[in-house]
Amino acid sequence: MTRILISLLLLTATTGSAQSDKYMEAMKKNLSRFDSVKTTEDYQALAATFERIGDAEKTEWLPYYYSALALLTPAWTDTKLDKDANATKIKSLMDKAEPLTKDNADKAEVLSIRNMTATQQMLVDPQNRWMSYGQEGANYLKQAKELDPENPRLAYLEGAGIFGTPEQFGGGKAKAKPILEKAVTMFKAEKPKPMHPQWGLQIAENMLAQCQ
Amino acid sequence: MKKTGLALSSLRKASLLLILTGYGLLLNAQVTISGKLRDNKGRPLPGVSISIKDSYDGTIVDSLGRYKFTTTEKGEHILVATNVGYRSFEEKIVIADAPIVKDITLKEELSELKAVTVVAGSFAAGDIKRAATVLNSIDVATVGGGNADITNALKTLPGAQQIGEQEGLFVRGGAGYETKQFIDGTLVNNPYFTGVPDIASRGRFSPFLFKGTVFTTGGYSALYGQALSSALILESIDLPERSAANLSTSPIIIGAGFQQLADNKKSSWGVNYNYVNLVAYFNFVKQKPDYFRMPEFQNADANFRIRTKRGGMIKYYTTLDRSNLGLRRPDIDSADLKDAFGLKNISWYNNLSWRENFGSGWKMNVGLGYSTNSDDISQELQNHQNIKQTPDDTSWPVNKNYVIDNRSDLSQIKLVLEKRLFGISAVRFGSEYMHGLNKSSFNNFNTKLIENFTSLFAETDIYLTNDIAAKIGGRYEYSSIIAKASFAPRLSFAYKTGKGAQISAAYGIFYQKPENNQLIYTTDLGYTKATHYILTYQKTTNERIFRAETFYKGYDALVKNYEVNSSFSNNGSGFAKGIEFFWRDRKSIKNFDYWISYSFLDTKRDYLNFPYPLQPNFAARHTASIVTKRFFMDIKTGFNFTYSFATGRPYYRIAFDESQNKFNITDEGKTKQYHNLGFSVNYVPTIGKPNAKTFWVLVASITNVLGYDPVFNYNYSYNGSVKQPVGLPAKRFYFIGAFFSWGVDRTQDAINNNL
Repeated sequence: MTRILISLLLLTATTGSAQSDKYMEAMKKNLSRFDSVKTTEDYQALAATFERIGDAEKTEWLPYYYSALALLTPAWTDTKLDKDANATKIKSLMDKAEPLTKDNADKAEVLSIRNMTATQQMLVDPQNRWMSYGQEGANYLKQAKELDPENPRLAYLEGAGIFGTPEQFGGGKAKAKPILEKAVTMFKAEKPKPMHPQWGLQIAENMLAQCQ
Repeated sequence: MKKTGLALSSLRKASLLLILTGYGLLLNAQVTISGKLRDNKGRPLPGVSISIKDSYDGTIVDSLGRYKFTTTEKGEHILVATNVGYRSFEEKIVIADAPIVKDITLKEELSELKAVTVVAGSFAAGDIKRAATVLNSIDVATVGGGNADITNALKTLPGAQQIGEQEGLFVRGGAGYETKQFIDGTLVNNPYFTGVPDIASRGRFSPFLFKGTVFTTGGYSALYGQALSSALILESIDLPERSAANLSTSPIIIGAGFQQLADNKKSSWGVNYNYVNLVAYFNFVKQKPDYFRMPEFQNADANFRIRTKRGGMIKYYTTLDRSNLGLRRPDIDSADLKDAFGLKNISWYNNLSWRENFGSGWKMNVGLGYSTNSDDISQELQNHQNIKQTPDDTSWPVNKNYVIDNRSDLSQIKLVLEKRLFGISAVRFGSEYMHGLNKSSFNNFNTKLIENFTSLFAETDIYLTNDIAAKIGGRYEYSSIIAKASFAPRLSFAYKTGKGAQISAAYGIFYQKPENNQLIYTTDLGYTKATHYILTYQKTTNERIFRAETFYKGYDALVKNYEVNSSFSNNGSGFAKGIEFFWRDRKSIKNFDYWISYSFLDTKRDYLNFPYPLQPNFAARHTASIVTKRFFMDIKTGFNFTYSFATGRPYYRIAFDESQNKFNITDEGKTKQYHNLGFSVNYVPTIGKPNAKTFWVLVASITNVLGYDPVFNYNYSYNGSVKQPVGLPAKRFYFIGAFFSWGVDRTQDAINNNL
């Protein structure tokens, strides 16, 4: 009887770890797809995959984070994409992710997604949307930095924002440079947890190179 | 024991092996699930996510509306399809070995953002993000040569006439008094500064007070009434973004104000004061009239705004205006005498509104208003030494020496309740009560009118799908002064024909009681009436709007008089019909924004002393405007041009013929074409610097840049022998001013509070 009980326990334990292995495996497999996807449709398919993983797992915020990242990435360059519809989708993903975050560092990552989403919506019509979406994005970044001042991606986003703002509006390469330099240093010092966001060093270095 | 153990362990191994192989088999036994996914109109919906609930398996729909994926799951599961803005699809499926083919239809969710809104007859302007929004408050303020006057900006939209000799919006063959203005739901009695004959005055309210403006050119909602042609519906801003002090400086205006936002951002209060004096300006820019009292305006306003616990808003706004001016112009009935016209005005306006959301679909809007306006007018006939002349009455049939004191008070309350029905459909209903007092004394001849006006109204917004919307409403009104009731039905309908495109139609009956200057002679009159039919096509994309609208408006029961100032009746009638086009494009050229309006109007009416149906003097057949705005980021300067054109308007001399005992036209004609080029430039050095302590804007503008001498109408001498054109008091109007705003940084407050 005890044996059966023990084996049952063992069995559940193995299924438990199998489940988690399955999660880890699926995440790894799909994270590697980030390197090969090209079209907006590919990114959307990848985003849907991550969302399915998130919906099935129910306790993990990272699938939603990567789902959002997959939707954000093509939106920087695809001029035909409806940025507002894309943003609505991303916001719904972040609303699911936020309550599942484990610590302030995780929360800061979610806020960084919200910041990028607002920036993309602002870029649709900077002249008219600067006051609303520009401000919204700045608020998210500020909150994120308060939660996790060591996050290099936040430093990069701050630098990129200044980099993209025309000089006469208080932006420009010269002002972005020291912040991007700091971001690169922070990236090099970063010790990311497994599966957790660790992108950005290369983009930051490329942007910094343009500031020279 | 050991043996059994061994046996058991080998058995376990075997079973483990079995399980593993079984698992492996299962892994290989993938089942394909595929099908088509469409919306309820049969259109493919690429990008929709399809999955098996609580598994990793799924895919997205391709551009042809197909999907296909494989799964290793077995048995009973739920197939899910989700897309933002659509109702989720969920269906139980049993996965065995055979492939599954499942076609799915997703139904669009009714949503306020996506649903079509009726645009027939209305131009929405403002900062509210709605499909129908045409202009925002910055657009209104930066119309070239518009001098930040709401009416001037709206005159660049189709439907409004280019009337330069008096204030008001003359919409689709309607007179200025046929347009009424409403702030936060309640009627504004005196929206313009009291005018001087033949000179248009400005609106009292700055465009920056409002977050939303709806300019209806007809067919408006049952919530509003007593305007035959048009309702201008203004919605004031809620809480300001931050505390700020501001200063306006210009050769003609100096003003200062302060706006305090509470630390919890739930309430605010503010005060402003402006002083306008045209003495310096008139010395610099010569005016045709000779001003013996230089125009002087004082304006003080105050407000408070409170966000309630449920997210509603309580807003109070009050403004007190005083104006004083006097001018002399040549008298038309004599060669050497002058008319000296003096005006003193005091106007106090109060508006208290409360908007609340009570939950379970109930909303409420209450508006309370009190306003009082008094005009102190004096007119004197003067000689070349500016000494009062009193010619004997026989040679001067018209009395040109008079003193008028007018006072008009309006108290009102309006309640509107809204209840959400199925989906996003809603019903709105309510009531209003107005008490009006109009006292007038003309050379000590006193008249007094007291009005108690009640209305009951209801309307319902019905959305069958996101693509079909209807608004059905009705309005009952009772006016005590004419002791008559009326019932006005209103109907409108919109159908979405494609992305951002719609066809909409509106129908409605509109009543308006006779004007006070008729009611002082007789109250034995009925309502004047207009019936509107409007058909509109509108196509909007993010930065472009195209709109075409055609309308027919029938006028009935207009007030006619058969003798001078007497025998009034409701025997008048008329019509107006036309077609209008509007195009706005902010996309084709970067940082360049322009709009073009064109209106064709065919109208005739038989009213007042018209001997037979005539095209009224305030109606031009063709009107067009082009507004352009370009902002140059590198010099932080915007250049705005507005060009308006109208064909000539008819003018008449209508005189009473004693022998025939009727009015006759003794002279008529058509004014020349109207052209006006307005220009303004804004320099905004602090644009894009959200951390700047001082924000400031430098504005310069000129109206009628080309110096074209317009003729709006002709004035006739009493005997008809002299005819004088009515034009502008000065060819051009120049304005230059700097507007500063200092945002109060809250971090500084925090530091000070802690010291």
